Order: sequence, then structure tokens, then C-alpha cells
Amino acid sequence: MIWLRTWKLGIKSLALHPLRTILTMLGIMIGVWAVIVLTAISQGASNQVQKQIESLGSTTIIVRSQKPPEEKLAGSRVSEYGLLRSDLDRILSNVPTIESAIPIREIRRQFTYRDRTVDGRLVGCTPAYADVNQLQTRTGGGRFLSDADELKADTVCVISAGVAEKLFPYEEPIGKRVTIPEHTDKYKVVGVLEHRNPSAAIGGSLDSQDFSKDIYIPMRTLRKRIGDMIVTRRSGQFQTEIMELNQITLQAREQDDVKPAAALIETLLAANHAEMSDTAVVVPLELLEQARNMKLMFLGIGILIACISLVVGGIGIMNIMLASVTERTREIGVRRALGAKQKDITRQFLVETIVLSFAGAIMGIVFGLLSLPIYRFLNWFAKNTMEEKFAALPAAIREAEPAIVIWTIPLAVMIAVGVGLLSGLYPAIRAAKMNPIEALRHE
Amino acid sequence: MSMTDAYGSPASDANPEPSGPRRLACSIRNLTKDYVLKSETVHALRGVSFDVPEGDYAAIMGPSGSGKSTLLNLLGCLDQPSGGSLFLGEDDISTMTDDELAEIRSQRIGFVFQSYNLIQQLTVVENIQVPLYYQGRLGPQERKRVIDLAERVGLGDRLDHRPQQLSGGQQQRVAIARSLVNDPLFVLADESTGNLDSVTTAEILELFDELNEEGRTIILVTHEDDVAERAKRIVRLKDGMLHTDEVVSDEQRNAAKDQQLQAVQELLARQ
Ligand SMILES: Nc1ncnc2c1ncn2[C@@H]1O[C@H](COP(=O)(O)OP(=O)(O)OP(=O)(O)O)[C@@H](O)[C@H]1O
Ligand SMILES: [Mg+2]
Repeated sequence: MIWLRTWKLGIKSLALHPLRTILTMLGIMIGVWAVIVLTAISQGASNQVQKQIESLGSTTIIVRSQKPPEEKLAGSRVSEYGLLRSDLDRILSNVPTIESAIPIREIRRQFTYRDRTVDGRLVGCTPAYADVNQLQTRTGGGRFLSDADELKADTVCVISAGVAEKLFPYEEPIGKRVTIPEHTDKYKVVGVLEHRNPSAAIGGSLDSQDFSKDIYIPMRTLRKRIGDMIVTRRSGQFQTEIMELNQITLQAREQDDVKPAAALIETLLAANHAEMSDTAVVVPLELLEQARNMKLMFLGIGILIACISLVVGGIGIMNIMLASVTERTREIGVRRALGAKQKDITRQFLVETIVLSFAGAIMGIVFGLLSLPIYRFLNWFAKNTMEEKFAALPAAIREAEPAIVIWTIPLAVMIAVGVGLLSGLYPAIRAAKMNPIEALRHE
Repeated sequence: MSMTDAYGSPASDANPEPSGPRRLACSIRNLTKDYVLKSETVHALRGVSFDVPEGDYAAIMGPSGSGKSTLLNLLGCLDQPSGGSLFLGEDDISTMTDDELAEIRSQRIGFVFQSYNLIQQLTVVENIQVPLYYQGRLGPQERKRVIDLAERVGLGDRLDHRPQQLSGGQQQRVAIARSLVNDPLFVLADESTGNLDSVTTAEILELFDELNEEGRTIILVTHEDDVAERAKRIVRLKDGMLHTDEVVSDEQRNAAKDQQLQAVQELLARQ
């Protein structure tokens, strides 16, 4: 009963100076907000990396071709670099812990059917590619490439949902033949895929992949029919690029095999590629560990910011309570004269600080929860109004989806109220210790 | 030093048992109060003894610095004496702890200050309620009592007003109502009319008269003779000691009252 009354009284006194009260709560509010939002961001980033890495598989090792530095290619009009088929053979024969391998070649090409055209990516791969990348044929959409296709080096293809939509808006694609103008061959469609969301990039080592405009053909077909030399016309100039493989996706037998295998592969590749530095080995497992470290760092920064602002908030509360004690010395004297014990006065001021910090915490939570929709809106807005600038942002920022970690909410409230209590204690005790007669005489 | 008070009870009597027909509201014996400062010790009270029976109406007078407020604060349990004894009813307060004193204040003492000392953010009703609040008594009966008291002091139509919305006289009435809410052993008033004009002073004194007639014990400190003469007894202090302690005759009281009424009427007539 007394407590209820004290609460009412505390809220009333605070409501007497609304602006001051809100400004006092600001520090606590920002602290709580920071805890919630920063953990949400780090959680979001790590969720994303986790998902990506899980989709790649924890036993996966990816070896990619990468464009060598400009000076290494200077002088020649033909740029020849990247992974070789012999690299694949050497890996398979020298690294026993590798269970399977998918060689991949990716070429930017135009696809046509009748009068319709679409720009996309021609991917030469083996049947296992579909599993590793979670590609599925849509219902009634035929099948993915088979071992028989690969063996016969057939001119068949599997098209992604995006390509199907563009080339065959009103027709059944299965059985139709898609043309690639540069290469004259026609490829019979044997499968149409379900839509697949683009994969996110992992750090700087693996770009995001957009599967929506892909056409998949057997690796051997690509080698036989198209070859390694690709001529592209770019701004009026022909550029010639010779590359055997863009990527080899390898599966190790056990998770424990991944790191030694990757190290071995690096040394194997170094023999041929160290000079050009035109290959890179990416181990998703390592990225996962990096991502964990990054999350911890984010968390650390978040906790630091939160601590600073909670300390500032605490000082703010102490300052205001001290001012309030001085300002209300007379009131304290009156209350003491009318029968208030020291602990009644302490309680009165403590309740005010608790209300202050609690309200600050609640505001922090509300703003924290609101931040998510606001963030989504801003992201959406940026995407739609400043497309180019947005695309230039790192993928981690573009695609991050903050995820609020529920336990941070009670934690933040506890810390905030704790800070409020600690910083309110001294002013409250000082108020109670005042001599009632002197307090009454105070002007 | 006068060794006997106005009612003739011997001051040297170490036993403060109620003597005579009337019970004592308070009884002080050889009371001293020293303020120890850095450079000196101020002897604000140097051994004061007298009794106040229940139903008494005493005015404490004396020059500035003679220890009137000090005495009243001790009677009001706001401070502890340096020496001597102070009995409120049966209890010696000179040995009580701070919490016990607070309890006594909330249950047995009514204070009326010179500067009203209402709490600004509380309404009239809430202000009157404060002593009950610290007793933890806030039921519907108590609320009724508070409202009755507000009506008793003529503020029945201002229950939800705040102190700033009231005149000085009205604020002092709220303070009087507040001093009565805990049904105190006595009401202590330190220059309670000092800030008021003569019309309002007359009203407040009228209220005190009525309360005393109902049996309430009142002790007030004043500088003004005409205020003091409305009391039944005048205690004069000088240099921290009891100087004189005399009974005011009923004729004197009525004369003072008539004189005040006349002055007020003249004042009103002039306006
Ligand atoms: N808190 C204190 N600290 C030190 N000295 C004090 C304190 N309170 C009162 N005194 C001293 O005690 C003496 C009596 O003071 P008190 O306030 O009781 O006088 P008073 O009779 O009420 O005077 P006035 O008529 O001016 O109100 C004075 O000399 C005063 O200076
Ligand atoms: Mg005084």
C-alpha cells in the first residue's frame, strides 16, 4: 500500500518536469537501445553468414579462378589464367580425403528462343552441381543434367526459372531448343528449375551468386562445343579470355579433413599459380569461424557503447536527483516534520530513480523494436531510389537482416534499473540524512 | 529563574507524574539545548521547566534569539534535547531514536508553521493527508476525516486546489487542518500569523479559539502581544531561560479579542 502510494508520488513528481524527466531518461534509453540494436545487427550478420555457410556445407572447399593483377597480364591481348583441368586431376590424385569434385565453368552469354532474348550465365557443370547448390526442378519441369548427358556430351540444357520466364512466357519450355548466338549450337531444354534466392556473399572471398538467369549444360559439352577461349565484345573491342575452369567445388570426407585438405590444395596449386596468383581457395568453415569472431567483435563494441551510455545515463540520473534533492529540501523538511522516517525519504527518491531508469529502459526497448521496421523501410527505400549507390554497398550491408536477440531485452532492463538504483542511492541517502529543522529553514 | 510555573507545580519535581486534576500534554524539566558550532557552542536553552496540561492554550514570547523556536522544535520532536527531560504524555522523548521520533511526530504532534509549508505538488486533500500517509492510514474513513477537516477550516470547496491557487490565509487553514488530522496531543504553532494581515490573523486566531474550546491543547510562539493575549497563559523566555509564566485572565482575553475585532471592522469599513 505504502509502496503503491510511493510509486504514484514518484511518477507525479517526475510528471511535474516532463522535459527534464525525458532528457534524464535519454542516457538510459540510448544504452538499452544500443544493446538491443547492436546485438540484433551482429546476430543478423552472423545468421546470414551461418545460413550461407550451411548452404555451402561444412565439408566444402571451394577453389576459384580469379583475375590476376593487371600488370601480370600487361602486353598480351589474350588473357589466359585460372584453374586448369590438370589442377583438378592433381588434387584428386594427391588429396585422398577429397570425396567428390565438381568442375564449373561460367560464361556470360546471350540466350535466344525465336525472337526473344535474355542475358545470362552459361554454366558448365556436372550433375552433382544441383545438390550442392540446392537447385530443384519445378513440378513437371523435367530433370537436372544426368551422368548420361555428361558422358555423351549432349547438347541439352537445364534452364533457371528466370530464363524460362523470359524465353518461354507462354510456352512449355521442355523439348524446345535454346540458341546461343555466338556458338550456333542449339540446346534442348530437359529441365526447368524452381526459383532460387541469390546466395549472399561471404566476406570478400566469395561473391554472391544470382541463380536466376542461368543455363546449365554438361561440362563436357561445354568443353567440346565452346572450348576454353571466350571472345567477348566490350565497348567496341574484342577481348579474348582463355580459362579452363572458373571453380572447383570439392567435398571432403569429414569436417576434420577440411583444413588439412585445403592446406594441401593450396600448396599443390602454388606450384602453377603462385606467380600469377590467379586462384584462391575458400574454406567456408574458416569463414564461419571468422564470422563468429566478427560477431564477438560486434557484440564487444555494442556492449562498450551500451556501457558508456549507461554510465552517462547514470551520471545524468544522479545529477538530476541531486538537483531535485536540493530543490526539494524544504519539502523533505516538511515531510520529516510530519512524520516521515529517513527510510521513507530514501524510498521516495529511489522510487523516482527506478521510475526514471525503468521508463528509459522501456523507451529504449520500444525504439529498439521499432528500429527493425525502420531499418527495413530505409533499406527498401534506398534500394528503390538509389539503385546504383545501393548496389555499390558491400553485400553484408545490403542483405543484412537484423535479428533481435530476446534475452538482451531483460538484460538491458536489469542493467538500466541497476544503474538507476546505484546512481539514485547517494542522492536519496543524502536527502534522508538531512536535519529536518535545517531542511525546513531552507529557502 | 522562576522555580514554579503558572499553575504552581514545583519545577524541581523530578517525578513528572501527572499531578492535580488535569493530565499533562507535556512536561519539561531542566531542558537544555546546545548548538555546537566550529568556533563556539551556542546555549539556546539553558534549563527550562514547565508543564502543559491537556486543554491548555499557551503563548511563548520573548525577544529574538531567546530560544522560542528551539523550544518548540524540541516539543515537536524535531530535535533531541542536550539535557533535561521532555515527557510527551507518559513517554520520555529525550532517549528516543530518529525513527521513534518520526513516529511520535506523525501520531501525536500537529505543526503549523509561519510559512505554511504545504507541499506544492499536492492538492489540499493530499496535503492534509500527509501525516496519515506516514502512518500508513489511507482508508476511506481517513479520507472522510480529511474532508471533514477541510470543511471545518472553511475549505470544503477547494479540495482539489493546489497551494499556489490559495491565499496565505487559506494556505494556513490547510496547514491547521493538516496539523489536526492525526488527532494530536497538541498543536504547535511557530509565528503562524506572522505572515498574515490583521483580518486573516483574526480569522486564524478565531479558529484556534474554537479548537481550544473543543479541548485541543495549543502552544504558539508569537512576537505580538495582542496575539499572545488571546491565549490562556503566556510563557516568556529570555536568554534561553524561563523569564515569566503568567495566566491571562478571561477579561484580558475578551478585551484583546474585542480590540482585534474592532480593528478589523475599522479596517474593513475604510475599504
Ligand atoms: N541550528 C542552529 N545552529 C546554531 N545555532 C542555532 C541554531 N538554531 C538556533 N540557534 C541559536 O540558538 C538561539 C535561539 O534561537 P531560536 O531560533 O530558538 O530563537 P527564537 O527565539 O526563535 O528567535 P526568533 O524570534 O528570531 O525566531 C539563537 O542564538 C540562535 O542563533
Ligand atoms: Mg523563531
